[in-house]
Amino acid sequence: MIPELGHFALVLALLLAAAQSILPLVGAARGEVRGALLMATGPTTAIGHAVFVATAFGCLMWSFAVSDFSVENVYQNSHSLKPMLYKITGTWGNHEGSMVLWLLILALCSAAVAAFGQNLPATLKARVLAVLGMVATGFLLFTILTSNPFNRVWPLPENGQDLNPLLQDPGLAFHPPFLYLGYVGTAVAFAFACAALIEGRVDAAWGRWVRPWTLAAWCSLTLGIGLGSWWAYYELGWGGFWFWDPVENASLMPWLLATALLHSAIVVEKREALKVWTILLALLTFSLSLLGTFLVRSGVLNSVHAFANDPERGVFILILLAITVGGSLLLFAWRAPSLEPKGIFSPISREGSLVLNNLLFATACAVVFVGTLYPLFADLMFDAKITVGPPFYNATVFPVFVPLLVAMAVGPLLPWKRADLWAALARLRLAAAIVLAFAVLYIAMVDRRLLPALGFALALWVVLAAGTDLAERIRLGRIPLRESLARARGLPRGAVGGIIAHAAIGICLAGIAGKGIAPERITLMRPGEITTVGPHTLRFDGQRDIIGPNWRGTAGVLTLLRDGEPVAILEPQRRFYPVQRMATTEAAIRTSGIADLYAVIGETSAEGATVVRLHWNPLAPWIWVGTVLMAVGGLVSLTDRRLRVGAPARRRREAAVPAAAE
Amino acid sequence: MTRRQVMFALPALATLGAAGGFYAMLSGMRSGSFDPRGVPSALIGRSVPGFDLAALPGSNKPGLASRDIIAAAAQRPVLVNFFASWCVPCLVEHPHLMRLAAEGVPVFGINYHSGSQTDPGAVAWLRRHGDPFLRIGIDLTGRVAVDFGVYGVPETYIIDRQGVVRWRMAGPITPEILDEQVRPLLRRLA
Repeated sequence: MIPELGHFALVLALLLAAAQSILPLVGAARGEVRGALLMATGPTTAIGHAVFVATAFGCLMWSFAVSDFSVENVYQNSHSLKPMLYKITGTWGNHEGSMVLWLLILALCSAAVAAFGQNLPATLKARVLAVLGMVATGFLLFTILTSNPFNRVWPLPENGQDLNPLLQDPGLAFHPPFLYLGYVGTAVAFAFACAALIEGRVDAAWGRWVRPWTLAAWCSLTLGIGLGSWWAYYELGWGGFWFWDPVENASLMPWLLATALLHSAIVVEKREALKVWTILLALLTFSLSLLGTFLVRSGVLNSVHAFANDPERGVFILILLAITVGGSLLLFAWRAPSLEPKGIFSPISREGSLVLNNLLFATACAVVFVGTLYPLFADLMFDAKITVGPPFYNATVFPVFVPLLVAMAVGPLLPWKRADLWAALARLRLAAAIVLAFAVLYIAMVDRRLLPALGFALALWVVLAAGTDLAERIRLGRIPLRESLARARGLPRGAVGGIIAHAAIGICLAGIAGKGIAPERITLMRPGEITTVGPHTLRFDGQRDIIGPNWRGTAGVLTLLRDGEPVAILEPQRRFYPVQRMATTEAAIRTSGIADLYAVIGETSAEGATVVRLHWNPLAPWIWVGTVLMAVGGLVSLTDRRLRVGAPARRRREAAVPAAAE
Repeated sequence: MTRRQVMFALPALATLGAAGGFYAMLSGMRSGSFDPRGVPSALIGRSVPGFDLAALPGSNKPGLASRDIIAAAAQRPVLVNFFASWCVPCLVEHPHLMRLAAEGVPVFGINYHSGSQTDPGAVAWLRRHGDPFLRIGIDLTGRVAVDFGVYGVPETYIIDRQGVVRWRMAGPITPEILDEQVRPLLRRLA
């Protein structure tokens, strides 16, 4: 009964979404007065559509929670012995369920626009809601017609087939929802861009409206990617945090463009320049999110993330993709040429630096795009099987990021319209001197490898530049400290958020560079043997068998010694999940906040020796600390007063926008 | 149409082209002519890419160039193995390479480096676990790995007597792969 209710709710949501995509659009075409009634259907249908998708999602979650194996999707992806947390998170650990989560987030986004967009012009709001409704209609059709999560199975199976063991991890609870929030959140910017093209008007106000949504989506995407990389770090047991897997790339591409969009929207808002480019970025960011969805779900790409593939489904998504992306770009081709460029600026200026930022981010995105898709197209067109691996990305993406990191220090110090580059550089001379001294000392005394040294130097440069930016803004040292502190309190939140996010990039980069000097040791160890990694000494004390709810495994016991005395025990595990006939590794990580000690055990050889792999990863936790701080910077920026435009009486409610969107 | 209009239409045209490509892939997947999962190397059926690598310092083995491989392969098929001391699967497949080398199969090693991922422990690793390689090249820049299309270590290639790459294995050689693929292929190519 509950599953049928869910199915029914999905169908109702489809009908409402269809109404949402047509009626407000017709209303907006009729004009502000004559179409008022039709435009008023937008928010109502959007909220109704969200309520019904939420109902369907709740029904599916219920079926998973009570292990209703008469539902095919539950039978295929759950098991009665699975812990409750993974029963619930298993709701979106499969193709059909994750589509419902996708729909839910999209529906919540359009409901948020409906509920919090009172200060938008009526026609713009109606058109934004209509575009969101069209996207939702397409994907609701896709879910109901090709991936219905509520299909029943007969005869009733005794037990389920269990979830892929790699997904039985708390990471599944957070990584996909944040990632989807990010992906789908870019749909709002997309809808704003389409609506602006239909209206034929892009102005500073448009930039101000579109920025919080982009910012919220960007924060979620940042967190989602960070969580995914953290999950891979501790669950896949390879000791790395980024593998240039095609699906990782599929999430990185929208992130790169969303970052560019975030910065170019500032130019639109402040100077009404770069309008056409910003519109195009908004369209492409969501297009790349959709492309990721297509690549993962059609089986075209081969990856650890791929869902069970089905070319039939692939064709359906491809048609949706072609209509959404192709349609929006046709609209762009038709309407964008009439948007007149405004706001002239010289190459050396804040705008100029943001253009450089956009160029470099777009280039990085293009490089990743080529690396991800070229092998597929080469296979198709030249019948050439090509694999593009980490060496390609390391050789091509790093050179783009170096100028980006150097320039991101200077950009925020340049004034709008026209700037004096030397004056900005002069303000950075203290930072540059410190970085230079650090680099010389580091290479002379710590490590000779150039790439990690460059990484650390750039990280320090970025952090110091963010500090310089802050010090300049509060005139630290030039006016009394008390006044500086007062200025600090009065800084606009947008500026503070930007400084935090920029410094966070440096922190994250330090962690990535730290991986470059991380020593590792792989040895065969017999019980009682001692080995070292980095500054640590560890003793292998054999293995013991352990039994979990739906798995059995072995834990290796590694004792961390300090001056010969045991100080801690690390227990990396190898698990075997009998239902799925799959083995997983669980790394043991001991972190000090500054470095990680990371241990994995492998097979045991016939002579009783076990493969033990140890990493000492200096600064590795900073990768994720930096990622979280980037998102925090975004959130701080979201609380800026400038983004809460509207009638003063409404200010209190406007403040809720970011919270709801996040 | 003005140039400005053409420029603005470019993104839509590119999308149209990409969609056509994806459609061809999907219909190929249905008919079986396109298989993204079979990712054999670009090199299969082609000759070994040209390279000339220096010796691994301290290993007492000469360096490796493509002409060494072609010369050795003229006598009997050879294995080329990308390895690194930090990779666990390399250790897992290591005994099998040792066995093949003991049986007289020429095995060439390429010590894998990429960007910041260097391998200072390679010589100690070979000393500890045995050195199956006739020659070892050190791929400091990672360029040879790119030319071979290496996805990660370990990765092994079999080259026939004409110097053409015949087989590629991404990941460790297990006893099953050794018995079912490597040995039969070596016999057939001999």
